[in-house]
Amino acid sequence: MNIPGNLKYSRTHEWVKQDGDGVLIGITDHAQKELGDLVFINLPNPGDKVTKGEAFADVESVKAVSDIISPVGGVIGKVNEALLDAPESINQDAYAAWIARVEDVSGTEGLLSAGEYEEFLKKEA
Amino acid sequence: MKLLFERSVPGRRTFILPGSSFPKREVPEQLKRKAAPHLPELSEVEISRHYTELAKQAFGVNSGFYPLGSCTMKYNPRVNEAAAALPGFARIHPLQPKDTVQGCLEVIEQARKLLCEITGMDDMTFQPAAGAHGEYAGLLLIKKYHESRGDSKRTRVIVPDSAHGTNPASAAMAGFTVTTVPSDEDGCVDLEALKAALDDTVAGLMLTNPNTVGIFDRNILEITRLVHEAGGLNYYDGANLNAIMGWVRPGDMGFDVIHLNLHKTFSTPHGGGGPGAGPVGCKKLLMDFLPSSSIGSRVFEGEMPHTLGQIRAFYGNFLVVVRALTYILTLGREGIAQASGMAVLNANYLMRRVRGAFTPAFDRICMHEFVLTLEDVKKETGVSALDVAKTLLDHGMHPPTMYFPLIVHEALMVEPTETESRETLDGAAEVFIRIREMIGKEPEKLHLSPLTTPIGRPDEVGAARNPRVRYEFSE
Repeated sequence: MNIPGNLKYSRTHEWVKQDGDGVLIGITDHAQKELGDLVFINLPNPGDKVTKGEAFADVESVKAVSDIISPVGGVIGKVNEALLDAPESINQDAYAAWIARVEDVSGTEGLLSAGEYEEFLKKEA
Repeated sequence: MKLLFERSVPGRRTFILPGSSFPKREVPEQLKRKAAPHLPELSEVEISRHYTELAKQAFGVNSGFYPLGSCTMKYNPRVNEAAAALPGFARIHPLQPKDTVQGCLEVIEQARKLLCEITGMDDMTFQPAAGAHGEYAGLLLIKKYHESRGDSKRTRVIVPDSAHGTNPASAAMAGFTVTTVPSDEDGCVDLEALKAALDDTVAGLMLTNPNTVGIFDRNILEITRLVHEAGGLNYYDGANLNAIMGWVRPGDMGFDVIHLNLHKTFSTPHGGGGPGAGPVGCKKLLMDFLPSSSIGSRVFEGEMPHTLGQIRAFYGNFLVVVRALTYILTLGREGIAQASGMAVLNANYLMRRVRGAFTPAFDRICMHEFVLTLEDVKKETGVSALDVAKTLLDHGMHPPTMYFPLIVHEALMVEPTETESRETLDGAAEVFIRIREMIGKEPEKLHLSPLTTPIGRPDEVGAARNPRVRYEFSE
């Protein structure tokens, strides 16, 4: 299982990476495997407020459309527009394909470490 | 196979129209198109063979067992078609004088009364073209209701996480924001989560009962009461009505508005251009907002100052209503209840028979459908629900619905319907058991299936991202 040690994780299968004064958010390798081949992604707009625990983007795979839940609160600084044309890059490398950069970050407490997320996946399975 | 355009030969014709005794009228110059349309030119026999060839490549209820969960693919009796083909129904025009279509209006009125009786509603419109259109219309009724009371803060619609995907989509389309409530371990609405989501910004709740895992939510009276207490209305998604018709009525469960899928529950053609019909029924408190040009007490728009307006031309897909009425009258009061009773019995029988091979997601008595989870199989063998679905095709069976509901991993959702015999169910159960044995012995084989169909595994990513939906002419 691919769970990099330098990231934080949510129970809804997003990863969070410290990036200067903000964070980058993406979905985990486990999540992309469960979703299957991605064909579309809807991104938020820079400036949008995001709330921890609420959907801020969604992805469509050949199976279904799924919300991506924000693991933190804050304001969208940048989105990874390259994903619009190449959502499959999430399938190829989930940890390189960041979805959004969030600023004014809140609610990072309660996120899981790599070890805790691995435990969580084992329990969920 | 070749497309019609590829078979086309310039100048070839199907038949020659007789001369007209009416004087020829020219189309005004400004309305004429500049270039001739690209129409395929073929003889009648070529067209006939083309469509027969297409039909042979497709799989329908008339080809074999089709247990597509949530879709109620029951057999469509031929007598429905005989009724719909009667010239008095088939050869009419919606603009012809009302006194010449009284029989047709009577069909709509009779269907309205009977479907209101079956659902426990007070009135119904037949305008919506199919289920999602009905959901949208029903939500507009809810919106109109709150607006009419000056209650403008009700902007949220609650939808359980097991809902049909159309529910949140329709709510968003109608201008609401969607709040998802989780299911409890039985797949039913989590009452505490519902309570937490309810406040004076809730316009309504959308629910199907039995739910998408085939379980009747026993808390339904409590659920609808809680929503009413918070000032919201209850919307019933009629997709699963085949489990309960003739036994319990959504109106008696506390629902205020409902859509039906005549093309599911009432045996009219489903899929492949049906067309469908998604009538919307409601309680008295919403009647004033129904689309105009309904019949019964309201025929004229002027008489309905609060109507949400027309949402489709005229009376909707009228000939579908003829078929549905034929079905209801054929079955009668007892037959309707017997049909849903048999649908539930068939689902439970098949679930019991396949339970040794695959794992039911909820191992208890089900309603008209049940959900298997292949999570354990996938983990042990690498064979997914998709692989099993594709392998079923090689055994002459249409696959169940897969990867739905989303709350069950590696889901296969099986709905046999009441029209299947015990022999068919036994045959299907044996296929499931044989496939499970195959998984144990040669799991890699399942990744290659289907081998016997005209198309094996289509490029689903390519189809979603780069669909080719029109013919490109060479010139």
